[in-house]
Amino acid sequence: MFLILASFLASAVETVEALTIVLAVGITRGWRSVRLGVLAALGALTALVAALGPALTLIPIGVLRLVVGFLLLVFGMQWLRKAILRASGFVPLHDEAAVFEREMALAREAGPADRAGMDWYAFTLSFKGVFLEGTEVAFIVLTFGGTPGGIKLAAIGAAAAVLLVSATGVLVSRPLSRVPENTLKFAVGLMLTTFGVFWGGEGAGVDWPGADGALVAILAFLTVCSLILVASLSRYRRQQGAVAALRGG
Amino acid sequence: MKYLTGFLAFWYNFIIGDDWTIAVGAVLALALGARMARSHAGAWLWLPLAVGLVLVLSLWRAVKAPDARM
Repeated sequence: MFLILASFLASAVETVEALTIVLAVGITRGWRSVRLGVLAALGALTALVAALGPALTLIPIGVLRLVVGFLLLVFGMQWLRKAILRASGFVPLHDEAAVFEREMALAREAGPADRAGMDWYAFTLSFKGVFLEGTEVAFIVLTFGGTPGGIKLAAIGAAAAVLLVSATGVLVSRPLSRVPENTLKFAVGLMLTTFGVFWGGEGAGVDWPGADGALVAILAFLTVCSLILVASLSRYRRQQGAVAALRGG
Repeated sequence: MKYLTGFLAFWYNFIIGDDWTIAVGAVLALALGARMARSHAGAWLWLPLAVGLVLVLSLWRAVKAPDARM
């Protein structure tokens, strides 16, 4: 359940970002080439998972857990770092509406790129948007393949998120700016880091007290640490602001 | 050559991301964890603490150097 949820939330965040690009290009330049770009990117991502998925079964389980643990730790800590910096005000919150307007302006400025009835500008942009945002999700799904049945559960979570976000996006035809993206990134960062610590530890030969139950304890520990970091950084930022105001005044 | 550089840059950005200290910290944390596990020295306690330390270090760098934030 924990695994489906982590995969669902990670996929939802990336799909919201890809949807913003696809909608901006589609509304500005027409849908035909955009649809083909999205389909080509989804095909490339499926081929990536299908090609690398079975290869994972050939790697010894200890090595696999160590590599998977490392990748999840790196992805998780990167998401968590960004979420903490945003929550404490050091980095502005991601604004999907602003990204949407910027993409629309760029798509309008770009000249016509029609060849053989295809708008290659629209195709390339939608392909890149979906493929690049989707690669991280594809790797998260693949890394969950390190557990028995994991890849299937992670794929279910990812597919559900892609369908739900895409359907909502098509219905409203606007970027989903009301999705609490930073909160989702925070949750995903915590979950990925927790799995990374657990599986990386197992791969390194660590014997976890309470077996799988240790996952809950690691998650609780990391959540408390992250909340303390947000509070400390927010306070530090306010102090820096006050000092700067005193110097300026 | 241009494609090779682009390919390598893609993987560097994908795995190393915004801050290289996270990837290096993760490698060190796991390597030391493996060593501690072999000598039965409470490696299960070390790993979550190490992750917390790497996060603190990475955030501190980001706060002190605005270029390292994104």
